Amino acid sequence: MSAALVIMPLAAGCAAFVARWRWLRQAILLAVTGAHAVLTACCWFTRREAAPGAWLALDAPGLLFLSITSLLALLAAVYSIGYLRRERESGHEDFEEGFVFANQPEAVFTGCLLVFLGTMSLVCVSRHFGVLWVAIEATTLASAPLIHFHRHHRSLEAAWKYLLICSVGIALALLGTYFLSVAVAGPDGAAPQLSVAVGAWAGKSAQGAWLRAAFICMLVGYGTKMGLAPMHTWLPDAHSEAPSLVSALLSGALLNCAFLALLRMSGVCGALGEGAFCGRLLAGFGLLSMGVAAVFIVAQRDFKRLLAYSSVEHMGILAFGAGIGLLAAGTGGAGGALLHAANHSTVKALLFLVAGNVIAAYKTKDIGSVRGMLRVQPASGVLWLAGIIAITGMPPFGVFVGKFMILKAAFDARLGWCAAVALGIMAVIFLCMTRAAAGMVFGDAPAGMARERELRATIVPPMALCALALVLGVCVPGALQQLIAAAVAALGGRP
Amino acid sequence: MHSLMDTLLVVVVLTNLWLLGSGRIGASINAAAAQGVVLGVLAVLIEEGRLGVPLVAFAVLSGVMKGVVFPWLLRRAQRVAGVNREIEPLVGYTVSVLAGVAALGIAMRLSARLPLPAPAPSALMVPVALFTLFSGLFLIVSRKKAITQVTGYLVMENGIYTLGMAIAREEPFLVQLGVLLDLFVGVFVMGIAIFHISREFDHIDTDQLSALKDTQS
Repeated sequence: MSAALVIMPLAAGCAAFVARWRWLRQAILLAVTGAHAVLTACCWFTRREAAPGAWLALDAPGLLFLSITSLLALLAAVYSIGYLRRERESGHEDFEEGFVFANQPEAVFTGCLLVFLGTMSLVCVSRHFGVLWVAIEATTLASAPLIHFHRHHRSLEAAWKYLLICSVGIALALLGTYFLSVAVAGPDGAAPQLSVAVGAWAGKSAQGAWLRAAFICMLVGYGTKMGLAPMHTWLPDAHSEAPSLVSALLSGALLNCAFLALLRMSGVCGALGEGAFCGRLLAGFGLLSMGVAAVFIVAQRDFKRLLAYSSVEHMGILAFGAGIGLLAAGTGGAGGALLHAANHSTVKALLFLVAGNVIAAYKTKDIGSVRGMLRVQPASGVLWLAGIIAITGMPPFGVFVGKFMILKAAFDARLGWCAAVALGIMAVIFLCMTRAAAGMVFGDAPAGMARERELRATIVPPMALCALALVLGVCVPGALQQLIAAAVAALGGRP
Repeated sequence: MHSLMDTLLVVVVLTNLWLLGSGRIGASINAAAAQGVVLGVLAVLIEEGRLGVPLVAFAVLSGVMKGVVFPWLLRRAQRVAGVNREIEPLVGYTVSVLAGVAALGIAMRLSARLPLPAPAPSALMVPVALFTLFSGLFLIVSRKKAITQVTGYLVMENGIYTLGMAIAREEPFLVQLGVLLDLFVGVFVMGIAIFHISREFDHIDTDQLSALKDTQS
């Protein structure tokens, strides 16, 4: 089952590379992402303990992140039909500098999307730190061509930075993997299998110095990929230049995959007795990321970069929550972080998809130049407003619940000052983002812009995400609660 | 056998210094390739006594990839881009070599203080691995041409690979294969990116890639 989840999109991606007809590529994309979602849904009902020695198996944390990835991939596939149609119809004139550019062939785009889905699925089902590393590096390679879809110098710059910064960062994570194998090696030098299953490590001993070095290397390596400050420099560029549906996948699915790797490593460190060290580092990097994001959000004029920095903020919140979970087990920090990961992905993907609609209508990414969305594209305008309210942590949306759980856990862990700092940063970001969104949504339409006909394929996916964010905010379904509790237990924490 | 291993490790050190001091891109690609082949031979020498078919096959594969396939990909990118020399690196060549010597000293000191659970096959192995890692990182941050940065990335990976050979010998075969595959696809994708950069900008100086930032003038 878990092998099928990986192989199916990879094979379909190769088929889409060579398929000559557009209808065939779109059929492959929709059918495979649909089948992937169905398979993932089946996994919710047939959950069982993973075999201890298996390299590929789905445990509770893997299933949670796989579900997010699979859902976003399906919605992005639906959105891509409308997106690519719009791209074909509009002239390829750059709206910032006025030159004409070509697009990447659609076959390459579709193929890379599917391969990207396959590699992210591999991250979710990996049970061995080596395999996990291979999978995460593969996600970088599969997604770099997607960022360079519009073939002009800015997207190229973004793709090059992404490729180089993430590859070098992840190379450090490989170093961390080797350090881990030294840390747990027995006196005869034989290292046990580097399983991510926390249970397999209980009662074992490790050399503290090597283990801490391993965790630092992985924190820097996977943290680069996750977008933790100060290693986040690739993120705003890549997110702002990539096509909107790719930004949605990068932010909603890919960053989570790197977070999963960090969670697994911190779980293993916790089982080997270094939990407090990892927790302090994670919480510290989390707070730093939130602060850095706030600084850049305050002065931001580009709405896609605004969303990108908001992702840096939320990755910071996730790291903070996971750190609190390690520092004080049983306070609910880890569970809050997992719930928040699901909520953030839902809402951020919604926002990026809508941002694509805004760019298509207004031909600008400048916040000040967008006015009167409610008059020009009412559906997108309402969704944009709802998304911004949701992402800044207002009830009744799910992000509120996740943030609340994490902050409460911080107070319970006697880290009230950390929670206060975090709350202050969130308040600043709330003010800046809602002000920007209000200016975009309300007011009169710019001169010469009439009401647009919005494509159904570009409206339905964000609507579905909005509904999901509402449901998660009103009541967390029992099955999800159980899954998160099981995931926290599988990662070595107490729910 | 030990003296042969040490000789090969010294060769790796020399290639690093050569890479740091040379501005000719073709020569840099060759040096990185030579390093890859030497490491492939080293991988076989280390495991003497418990050589198996998968191990030799992997060593040969890795040698061929790093010694033949990667240089071929990079040289193609170089031809397309039409560059021969690294002009005006951010750090001069003499300073780079001096920095390299300092890095070698630091690597020696660092590895002397690392408590290894089992002794490495050769006393030189860990310092050389660390030095290679540092050299690669230094090349990435101090050079402007995209190709030289990719070469630096390969050198860095070589360092990590050597360190893996020295300290983490139990790494499963399939995982190593996966790492090599990622490296291959990585060089391939970076080669394509270099091709696009040279077509878009008429040069491959990455310090000119600076349009994206937060504060617009």
